[in-house]
Amino acid sequence: MLYFDHSASSPPREEVIRTVSEVMAQIYANPSSLHQGGAEARKLLERAREQAGRLFGTSPAEWRFTSGGTESNNLAVFGAARRYRNRGRHLIVSGVEHPSVAEPFRALEREGFRVTVLPVSGTGHVDPADVEAALTDETILVSVMHVNNEVGAVQPIEAIGRLLKDRPRTLLHVDGVQSVGKLPALIREWGVDLFTVSAHKFGGPRGAGWLYVRDGVELEPLIFGGGQEDGLRSGTENVPAIVGAAKALRLAVESQPERAERLGRLRRRLVRGVLTMPGVMLSGPAEDDPLRPMAPHIVHFCCPGLKPEVIVHSLEELGVLVSTKSACSSKDDKPSAVLTAMGRDAACASSGIRVSMGDEHDEASIDALLERLETVLRKLAPLRRKEDRH
Amino acid sequence: MTFDHILIRLGEITVKGRNRGRFETEMLKQVQHALRGFPGLTFIRTYGRLYIALGNEPYEPVADRLKDVFGISSFSPVKRVEPELQAIREGALAVMRSFPQRQATFKVKVSRRWKGFPHDTMAMNHLVGAHVLRNMPNITVDVRQPDIELNVEIQEHHAYVYCEVVQGAGGFPYGSNGKAVALLSGGIDSPVAVWMAMRKGLEVEAVHFHSYPFTSKEAQDKVVALAKRLSTYAGKPFKLHLVPFTDIQTRLAQSKQDHLIITLMRRSMLRIAQRIAEKSGALAIVTGDSLGQVASQTLGSLNVIGRTSDLPLLRPLIAMDKLEIIAMAKRIGTYETSILPYEDCCTLFVPKSPATNPNLRVVEHIERGVPNLSEMIAQAVEGTETIELSPDAPAPAGQTGAAADDWF
Repeated sequence: MLYFDHSASSPPREEVIRTVSEVMAQIYANPSSLHQGGAEARKLLERAREQAGRLFGTSPAEWRFTSGGTESNNLAVFGAARRYRNRGRHLIVSGVEHPSVAEPFRALEREGFRVTVLPVSGTGHVDPADVEAALTDETILVSVMHVNNEVGAVQPIEAIGRLLKDRPRTLLHVDGVQSVGKLPALIREWGVDLFTVSAHKFGGPRGAGWLYVRDGVELEPLIFGGGQEDGLRSGTENVPAIVGAAKALRLAVESQPERAERLGRLRRRLVRGVLTMPGVMLSGPAEDDPLRPMAPHIVHFCCPGLKPEVIVHSLEELGVLVSTKSACSSKDDKPSAVLTAMGRDAACASSGIRVSMGDEHDEASIDALLERLETVLRKLAPLRRKEDRH
Repeated sequence: MTFDHILIRLGEITVKGRNRGRFETEMLKQVQHALRGFPGLTFIRTYGRLYIALGNEPYEPVADRLKDVFGISSFSPVKRVEPELQAIREGALAVMRSFPQRQATFKVKVSRRWKGFPHDTMAMNHLVGAHVLRNMPNITVDVRQPDIELNVEIQEHHAYVYCEVVQGAGGFPYGSNGKAVALLSGGIDSPVAVWMAMRKGLEVEAVHFHSYPFTSKEAQDKVVALAKRLSTYAGKPFKLHLVPFTDIQTRLAQSKQDHLIITLMRRSMLRIAQRIAEKSGALAIVTGDSLGQVASQTLGSLNVIGRTSDLPLLRPLIAMDKLEIIAMAKRIGTYETSILPYEDCCTLFVPKSPATNPNLRVVEHIERGVPNLSEMIAQAVEGTETIELSPDAPAPAGQTGAAADDWF
């Protein structure tokens, strides 16, 4: 079986499974307990924190453990908006965010905040000039993801960070769920205040993630209780998952440059193949373009006139797993909000296919994918709805 | 890269007359040790100065390490050129261009150490300055308050051009002024006191008193972490003596003199520290006392407590304010550890109203009534565990230590 759905969830690494299971078996004490068992659990947590701090060139104290990307995004957006509402009521968010960012912004709009949704280009990229134009003295939060989860567009975080350098009252949140381990994330250099990481996207366990909270930034918690994680996230810490996540993070970040190079090569091969297929529209530049950078592990395309589920299931019969839209929202039938924001019509926006690659793939897996995709498309061609064709 | 060398200016050791040579050799050794992680560097020692050729090593991380080395008063990233006019002019221009291109004022300061150089200082100021002005339209001269001071130092074999002067840690090379023991509690003050003693060239061995179960293992881990942090400044393994204090503490508590308990404990601690000092050849005891900060640090308490020691008591923080001490703790990287919430053996026994002006005769009388106090002190010294800490080595592992490495 060829698994091309890494952006939805990646296979956990052997070493991570071992860490999680050993820690789960041996370190069962509550990290808040005073006795030696608690102290050991606590030590592991602090080591995991140090590891995150070191790998991102930040201070360990700036990292909070959460249950994953969705919680980190919610905590960042709600936490910052509610904490700093007295500074202003204006928020800025890109039009292609993951639902775990987009929905909190909608909820905040209902709470009385004014939200500017940034447009994106045809390839899914935010223009920093639009951020600049949207900024007001009332703006307290800008949220732009690092890598788009559906099409793989890499957003100009560095440039946006520069715009905010002289605006200490405006925080920058970056959803880094799809970028960690694939691209360098220079949190400090770029001036990012809040950064979301999810472990299961790079070989770690589910239910574990981080929120980077820059020293000096305060957040209003979402979950109250025993005051764990500096009061920001109460609840007994998931020690095995956190330690496993720290291991996965190290393995992912340390090998990031080689991975980016290798997956980039595979991506080019896949893009070249997809471009030769009739009735397929690539959702990104056909050639590598430094002005419109794409993440090395994601390729997205539309097959107007065909239902994407049919393609997914047909490929599955041939032993290839890909996905439609993002996994979280792929069960409903609506056109993709990301593709719509990119200016695609309904026919295209509801026929997107995402291929996301990982470490186990090589040239042969890409060729196998292309060959089977071609077979499926040829078989389905007669079923294509004419009025949707372009 | 504009800068290819680092010029290091040595601090107080240059006032040391006859001993200068020895200090300079020691200094070179310590700088080399601090920078051992950068194999591309070469070290050049000259009269009162030290030069480092960067080779292929980056400047920033080397500079970060240098800031922690005692005995360095300041250093500068420099560009080395041939000691002749045209090369100096080009070097000066390159250095000026390494600054962001904007409006700025500058002045040239030439130091002509090689008297054989054909142009005199005044002429050189003009020759170099004019060359920069011709080539950089945004730059103007201001001899009183320039944004940039462009320094040119001409020696017989090389000339050096630089602008920036970075403050060093100052003081003397570590260990060049003898050895002391220091009381290390785990609070904010004592690590700063130790650092200041180390900066003055004292080799320091730290002494920590623990009294499990009144204090937790974590309180001890915290002290180990602090000692490890301090070891980065030592440039060699840093000794930490862990003294079992439970028995003495319990016995003193039984004397039912609540308001004097801290005084009594501190006196016993000093006696133990003195024994440890004698064993390790140390000639002083360093404490983190700051006058008036707490009850045991009033002048009256310092007097009664201090009388137990025959060795000089060094109190680097005596005249510092708490906020200054905190700022210093942050600067040397011990603050974050110090504020962790684990109690040391003194804070646990703080009575509601500790004596601020204890009476020496009363205190001595109570001590005479404590059975076997001197035996217990000897036992505590006997039972002291000594560990050595280095910045790179992991702290002594706990029960899960071995597995933990593998888990990460």
